[in-house]
Amino acid sequence: MSGIPHDHYEPKSRGEKWLHSRLPIVGLLYDTIMIPTPKNLNWMWIWGIVLTFCLALQIITGIVLVMHYTPHADLAFASVEHIMRNVNGGHMIRYLHQNGASLFFIAVYAHILRGLYYGSYKSPREITWIIGMLIYLLMMATAFMGYVLPWGQMSFWGATVITGLFGAIPFIGDTILVWLQGGPAVDNATLQRFFSLHYLLPFVIAGLVIVHIWAFHTTGNNNPTGVEVRRTSKAEAEKDTVPFWPYFVIKDLFALAVILAVFFAIVGFMPNYLGHPDNYIEADPLVTPAHIVPEWYFLPFYAILRAFDDSVWIVQFAGFITGGIIDAKFFGVLAMFGSILVLALAPWLDTSSVRSGRYRPMFKWWFWLFVVNFFVLMWAGAMPAEGIYPVIALIGATYWFAFFLVILPLLGVFEKPLPQPATIEEDFKAHASAAGGTKTVETPAE
Amino acid sequence: MFRKIALSAAAALTLAAPAAHAAGAAGHVTDYEFSFEGPFGTYDQAQLQRGLQVYTQVCAACHGLQYVPLRTLTSETGPGMPEDQVRAYAEQNFQVYDEETDEWRAARPNDHFPAVESAGAPDLSLMAKARAGFSGPYGTGLNQLFKGMGGAEYIASLLTHYTGEDRVEAGTVLYENESFPGGWISMAPPLYEGAVEYMDGTEATEEQMAKDVAAFLMWTAEPKMMERKQAGFTGVLFLTVLSVLLYLTNKRIWAPIKARAKDES
Repeated sequence: MSGIPHDHYEPKSRGEKWLHSRLPIVGLLYDTIMIPTPKNLNWMWIWGIVLTFCLALQIITGIVLVMHYTPHADLAFASVEHIMRNVNGGHMIRYLHQNGASLFFIAVYAHILRGLYYGSYKSPREITWIIGMLIYLLMMATAFMGYVLPWGQMSFWGATVITGLFGAIPFIGDTILVWLQGGPAVDNATLQRFFSLHYLLPFVIAGLVIVHIWAFHTTGNNNPTGVEVRRTSKAEAEKDTVPFWPYFVIKDLFALAVILAVFFAIVGFMPNYLGHPDNYIEADPLVTPAHIVPEWYFLPFYAILRAFDDSVWIVQFAGFITGGIIDAKFFGVLAMFGSILVLALAPWLDTSSVRSGRYRPMFKWWFWLFVVNFFVLMWAGAMPAEGIYPVIALIGATYWFAFFLVILPLLGVFEKPLPQPATIEEDFKAHASAAGGTKTVETPAE
Repeated sequence: MFRKIALSAAAALTLAAPAAHAAGAAGHVTDYEFSFEGPFGTYDQAQLQRGLQVYTQVCAACHGLQYVPLRTLTSETGPGMPEDQVRAYAEQNFQVYDEETDEWRAARPNDHFPAVESAGAPDLSLMAKARAGFSGPYGTGLNQLFKGMGGAEYIASLLTHYTGEDRVEAGTVLYENESFPGGWISMAPPLYEGAVEYMDGTEATEEQMAKDVAAFLMWTAEPKMMERKQAGFTGVLFLTVLSVLLYLTNKRIWAPIKARAKDES
């Protein structure tokens, strides 16, 4: 499967040969788990395992929750309370599922930013990146619909605001809105279709995860140097790599255990910290909460959505040239989806021939500014859309687009990259000897 | 260009500060001490029982607890009342409508506390989680991290921060309250010195009753808090041990690879 030369599974016993000639599943698993992996991967390469774990955690806890949950506008809220009070261990399962979504997004943002910094999206890994973006979009859809299911005030009003975005589409918006909501407003029909899709989409994600892994197992992992593994012979390749099992499986599991310890502390001691108090009030279509705020992981995009109001010249300009078809609301929706689109197009917007940010002196600064900007947007998204906050959001949104549409294309032309190591082996040796004169050897970290 | 953006971002941040302050129209919340705060905090059974008494004699007239089963009053990690006492409490205090017989009858432990809709007052089952006493500063959520969400503190503050002023608006009397967002609440001050006579002899000051009922409502909102903290603690402990073992394993299996790389370089 992999382009990197390595040993493949050889069936030895008669039983193994019998199975292998009919269904080479053992060989497939062997090749997957023994894939040659660059020796020099640092701690930012652990998020894939964390994400896989999150998906499994959410599916398993979710399946158990569904056994006790009732997807009906009149009964949903009470059924969640039933889970919290009467189901054995129900409160833990529910809090694990609720906070599991946050862990999932922390991990996916770290994973995406890792990919951005080390240029993991560049040729030949564009398909891996695009599949990853699809997974991310599905994650957001799944998380959003899952948040609606407890049928609290934020569930209801969040659903109203977010489905309302589709109503901003010119001409067909109202029709789409009714189609999405299953009626003129968010109601029982909305809850039931969201429940159905919230159960379905994780399995679509699981399928895409397999494709995602298949794609990067074909190209091989990227690594902190961005230099490719030598593939001329097995001996050469072995200088740059170690098999995934046991070296990276154990390393990743160690990282996962540390992260889960923190996760358990949050679930055990402050499970509602990341949630919103209003969601402990049952949905009431007649009472609008003072501030409708989405979950933290949507906040940067919520900030971009709200950044473009009528007072922004580009919104007025767009309205003018389209004869008013693109109004401020629709412009905001376009900007929000556009912000993810430009992220997905990074492989083609980045013109630099150097993969890793480690050897890109100017890119580094812009990248870290992008990270800071991400948090600023998150913060602006949580604040009310008045006073200075829309201005901050507008600056942040502008930088987001500038980073992908202006800075990435231009850096490839103007930036002078630093010299890169010739091989992964060289980088690994440099790090190993820099790890100190003592006999103890550090695990590969940067 | 970088400099310019950084400067304008910094300027924006400093400008944002007073605006955020002004936007916080939420009322004053006192950070009362509660026994259940922190990772190892537990409910105080005597306090929960006093809080139940305040709820029954004062709040229950207008507010329901529709999600709370009466039988849970026996919970060891809650009020921990004896079963026969709960049976008597349910029977004496609440009437429920029985769908099977189509008649009203005295409540039994396997009924829930009744929902009270006549007064238009909100149900209190989840109130301690549906309100956040603390927020900020500046939208960072740090106060909630260090002080907790503040639901119980909010309830206790609300009950003790009436100023005594009232006014009539559109035919309703509104009472001034420093803790209520907006400052004017339609609930008349419910507590006064000695409003209940505690069975355990505790002096029923206004603040004592407010804290007791707030603690009780924290329990109704989060009846499994102690079980949850226990599970969290066990989980953290096991995962820490597992982390150490995996760390050592990882170090061990990588050692020859690292040693070879070091020798060759």
